Amino acid sequence: MDTFFNLTTQDTHAIWLSIKVACGATLVATPLGFAAAYLLVFSKLPAKSLIEGLINLPLVLPPVVVGYLLLLLFGQSGFFGSLLQSADIRIIFTLSGAVLASVVVGFPLMVRAIRIGMEGIDHNCLMAARTLGAGWWDTLMTITLPLSGRAILAGMTLMFARSLGEFGATIILAGNIPGVTQTIPLAIYEYTNTPGGDRMALNLCLVSIILSFAILMLSEAVARSMKRS
Amino acid sequence: MELDVDIEKQHGKFRFSAAFSLSLQRCGVFGPSGSGKSTLMHLLSGLLVPDRGKICLAGKTLYDAGAGVNIPPEQRRIGVVFQHAHLFPHMNVRRNLFYGWRRTENSERRIAPESLIKVLNLDHLLDRGVNRLSGGERQRVALGRTVLACPRLILMDEPLTGLDEELKYQIIPYLKKALDEFNIPLLFISHSLREMRLMTDEVLVFRDGTLQAQMTTENLARSGMATTGGGYANMFKLGPPRQVGDLWSYPFGENSLVLTEEDGNGDRLFELDARDIVLFKGRPEATSARNLLSCKVVDIFRFNNRVGVELDCRGMRLVAQIVPESVLELGIEKGVEVVAVIKASSFRRVV
Repeated sequence: MDTFFNLTTQDTHAIWLSIKVACGATLVATPLGFAAAYLLVFSKLPAKSLIEGLINLPLVLPPVVVGYLLLLLFGQSGFFGSLLQSADIRIIFTLSGAVLASVVVGFPLMVRAIRIGMEGIDHNCLMAARTLGAGWWDTLMTITLPLSGRAILAGMTLMFARSLGEFGATIILAGNIPGVTQTIPLAIYEYTNTPGGDRMALNLCLVSIILSFAILMLSEAVARSMKRS
Repeated sequence: MELDVDIEKQHGKFRFSAAFSLSLQRCGVFGPSGSGKSTLMHLLSGLLVPDRGKICLAGKTLYDAGAGVNIPPEQRRIGVVFQHAHLFPHMNVRRNLFYGWRRTENSERRIAPESLIKVLNLDHLLDRGVNRLSGGERQRVALGRTVLACPRLILMDEPLTGLDEELKYQIIPYLKKALDEFNIPLLFISHSLREMRLMTDEVLVFRDGTLQAQMTTENLARSGMATTGGGYANMFKLGPPRQVGDLWSYPFGENSLVLTEEDGNGDRLFELDARDIVLFKGRPEATSARNLLSCKVVDIFRFNNRVGVELDCRGMRLVAQIVPESVLELGIEKGVEVVAVIKASSFRRVV
């Protein structure tokens, strides 16, 4: 049993990368997710259902398809790819690529979670704030944002968990490069393709379970303390 | 207040239009639900933008379609008390109360928070979460929050509707006291004639989105005589009573009234239906009614086959409702002396 929890350097790299990608994706997606949810809940845009459809698309598309579309867009000849290249930024086969893939795939889940919370906010409270002298930005920061707090936390948890598990889009956009873009699921995938790699795969599975569980517990604890205050 | 309004708004199939100017300190907007009362409130506070027209408050233009002026709600300094308190659920009472105050410039802060908190009797609630307040307390906090923003006008959209009867009339004195003390003009929106009479002096009557009439609240109440089943209720404060046998005697101007109702020490609000007053020419020899008041006729007004007779009972006003035949028979005209006879059980306590 002493070899059971022996993680290789490649494994620890994969674990660190997974955490980095999940944190990065959550940080990038949270303000965007809040903005998107706000737009869907409060704005009167005529193209609202179209935007909603676009945001939700990655939820129903196979992640591989999402990854491939991202590769087309951000590849060297892609629209964004060539644009970013002129600024000397490369997305594909880098950590940023892994973060981008996670953001896009997890985004619908995050928006959905924030939106549900935001829809529960009493519009009259926002109107009351306006008549009490709070401008749009003030109202956003002092009423809308705090009242969406728990929903944002739920969205962040979903985003983080989804990023930890992201596989399909990541492998296409960022590749499976040990130490660069190989996250836990990609490492597990590699082990299962290696003869005798079962035990190593199981080790990483265990790490994966522990990580996810820890995140859920943390999120619950934060949510409880938010409810209390 | 000096409020001049001439606006129009198309809202789906609902068309709202109103042109009026108000000068009294306490005005009301009266009408059934769906008549456009709340639309008017939203338009005035800037939460809804009119299609065309003009809104001026105390010489300042808040909206002028022609000149392209539309001051946003947060700069209009028009306070709104909504039907439901709509307190901020993530803040305690104190933070709710001071939300508007903190956003008011020093030079505009003419209200002392401590005295307002005292007037509204909120001292003991300041650190409480708003989810642990009763309906009446919530509404008082909402009122305090609006007043503390030192508005130039307060709009109240049926602020008493969600409350039970008892609570409703407990809050009214607080409302009046707060507005009087800090001299804030009021536009009170309601479909309740009684609330209207307690809170306002002049009313705008709305129906189907259009302004039907502008009149004194007293005249609105009197016009109730014209409606089937409706009538006019005399409202007055009485108290404190003195026990006389098994009845209670309340001072009423230079006279006193004998009632079957007894209630504590403070002033209580009573209603007396104008139809429950019987007029006699000269004192009747004997009557089962306990109250016989000598009065002078001050005014006579007629709605269809009903006549209202306004009486001066030594300093107190009463309105009796009779029929035109009785007017002729008793020879009632201005200046004539009559005796008003009222049963002790005709008075109804409101609060």
